[in-house]
Amino acid sequence: MAVIETEELSKDFQVGFWRPRPYRALDRLTLSVNEGEVFGFLGPNGAGKSTTIKLLMQLLTPTTGTVRILGQPAGSLAVKQRIGFLPENPYFYDHLTAEELLTYFAKLFGLRGSDVPSRVSQVLDEVGLGKERRLRLRQYSKGMVQRVGLAQALINEPDVVFLDEPMSGLDPLGRRHVRQLMLRLRDRGCTVFFSSHILSDAESLCSRVAILAQGRLVASGRLSEIFAFELRGWELVVDNLSDVARQALTPRLLAAIPLSHGRYTLELPPEPAPDAFVHELGQYGARVLSLNPVRDTLEDYFVKTVGAATARQTGL
Amino acid sequence: MRAIALVAGAVFKESVRDRVPYSMVAFAVLLIAASFLISQLTAGQDIKIIKDLGLAAISWFGLVIAVFIGIGLVSKEVERRSVFALLAKPLTRGQFILGKYLGLVLTLVVNLSVMAVAFYAVLFYFDSVTTDYLKTAWPAPALDPRLMLAIGLTIAELAIVTALALFFSTFSSPLLSAMLTLGLWVAGHFSGDLRNFEAVIDAPPVVALARGLYYVLPNLAPFNIRAEVAHGVEVSGTTIALTLAYAVVYIGILLTAAMAIFQRRDFK
Repeated sequence: MAVIETEELSKDFQVGFWRPRPYRALDRLTLSVNEGEVFGFLGPNGAGKSTTIKLLMQLLTPTTGTVRILGQPAGSLAVKQRIGFLPENPYFYDHLTAEELLTYFAKLFGLRGSDVPSRVSQVLDEVGLGKERRLRLRQYSKGMVQRVGLAQALINEPDVVFLDEPMSGLDPLGRRHVRQLMLRLRDRGCTVFFSSHILSDAESLCSRVAILAQGRLVASGRLSEIFAFELRGWELVVDNLSDVARQALTPRLLAAIPLSHGRYTLELPPEPAPDAFVHELGQYGARVLSLNPVRDTLEDYFVKTVGAATARQTGL
Repeated sequence: MRAIALVAGAVFKESVRDRVPYSMVAFAVLLIAASFLISQLTAGQDIKIIKDLGLAAISWFGLVIAVFIGIGLVSKEVERRSVFALLAKPLTRGQFILGKYLGLVLTLVVNLSVMAVAFYAVLFYFDSVTTDYLKTAWPAPALDPRLMLAIGLTIAELAIVTALALFFSTFSSPLLSAMLTLGLWVAGHFSGDLRNFEAVIDAPPVVALARGLYYVLPNLAPFNIRAEVAHGVEVSGTTIALTLAYAVVYIGILLTAAMAIFQRRDFK
């Protein structure tokens, strides 16, 4: 069942002071996100990702097209009751603490009595905010504000959550924490719609993605559907590789990159499989530290697709 | 209704923790206290000077709080984008505007109450150190309850100013909102003159324009009964009731317009 549906959704902004003219930030976006999916909404800066999310949240009025969430028109109180939203680079009230902010938001969702402090505490634990929860928000670092932003998006145990650049401002530990949180949400049956620049996150989290460039949808679907994870070769890190062994093996290598004394990164073509090569390395007394297949990444696909779309539109 | 009360509560909490209103209140309390010292320099006019200065200080500092917090209520939320997360909650834009307004009016009432307590404390002290013989020259007692009436009408006037600030901040920048609100506050104290413009000029179109402006601009002069109260002059109950009714209607119109504008606004 589709829980987020947009049809021919477009948004024009007026630009220019003396002679305002329309600038199309989003062009006829038709999209459908299913229940329980983690859906990645990808694109370079200015692609129209935040505009789309604001249209979904009814913070912007569409120029044309429709938005439906959970089968109802977006923006209705019934829909708002069941969704969560983390804006990009969130900002909250300087003089409230995280606990007070979440208490305020929990009550807006109709929580009452002892349910409020218990839910607030639970969700702050979930995003990893400890004693800081009693500090005023003006004293928070960017990463801590981002965690509060995530907490407020989850305060009502939403059925659908919209996260605009959820990894922004987080350190590697924070990012891992958020990735785990998103997977937990998915496991609970919550639909997660998130925009990101960080393609590795999309690769590890998303069941489906949509790629936007210059306000237009350039690709959408399962990762395995929209691009083939084609094997491009093998990469080995070896230790204790003698000069004799390296010279003997060189004809079969694409590259041999020295790392330190006796340690190399070796690049092999996709065929043949590297089993015999690894065996041979052993005979030369070298030790294989790692062996990894090299495939096309989402980043490669992204650069290729977005680059082509941009070139088409700019005529370059 | 609950959503409006929650927004108002958050505005109040946020405002009272901000240092700006505190410093305003502290400064006003100092000025009220200073009025006691100034009164010592003017024999026979002492109590009137304390009352005049005290009521004026309450009004001016209340005005500064109303304008400078009022203009930021909506525009700052939009600029800093805190409004994004809030409007995604089960809350209509109309409830957001009403909650913001009521929260600031509540903040004003509390701040003005603190100033009023300080004012009455100064008057109480002055009353206790003055002989009964000297008191016979006073036009009204020091702890005149009608002073509360003057403060009450000041609160009503500031409620209009707050609605103006909120109205402008739904579509313009904080600086422009402050200028427009202060401009209308000044104009509002003289708008009564526009009603009988025909006595000054003999040009029907200008008179019609002046009459139109009279009905559009806020008429704030009737809210200032400070001189009457300080000098012990009677103010009729009907005048006060009509003035308060005018405030309710004017605020209602401003808030309706603010909600209509905010409802259509795009948040880029």
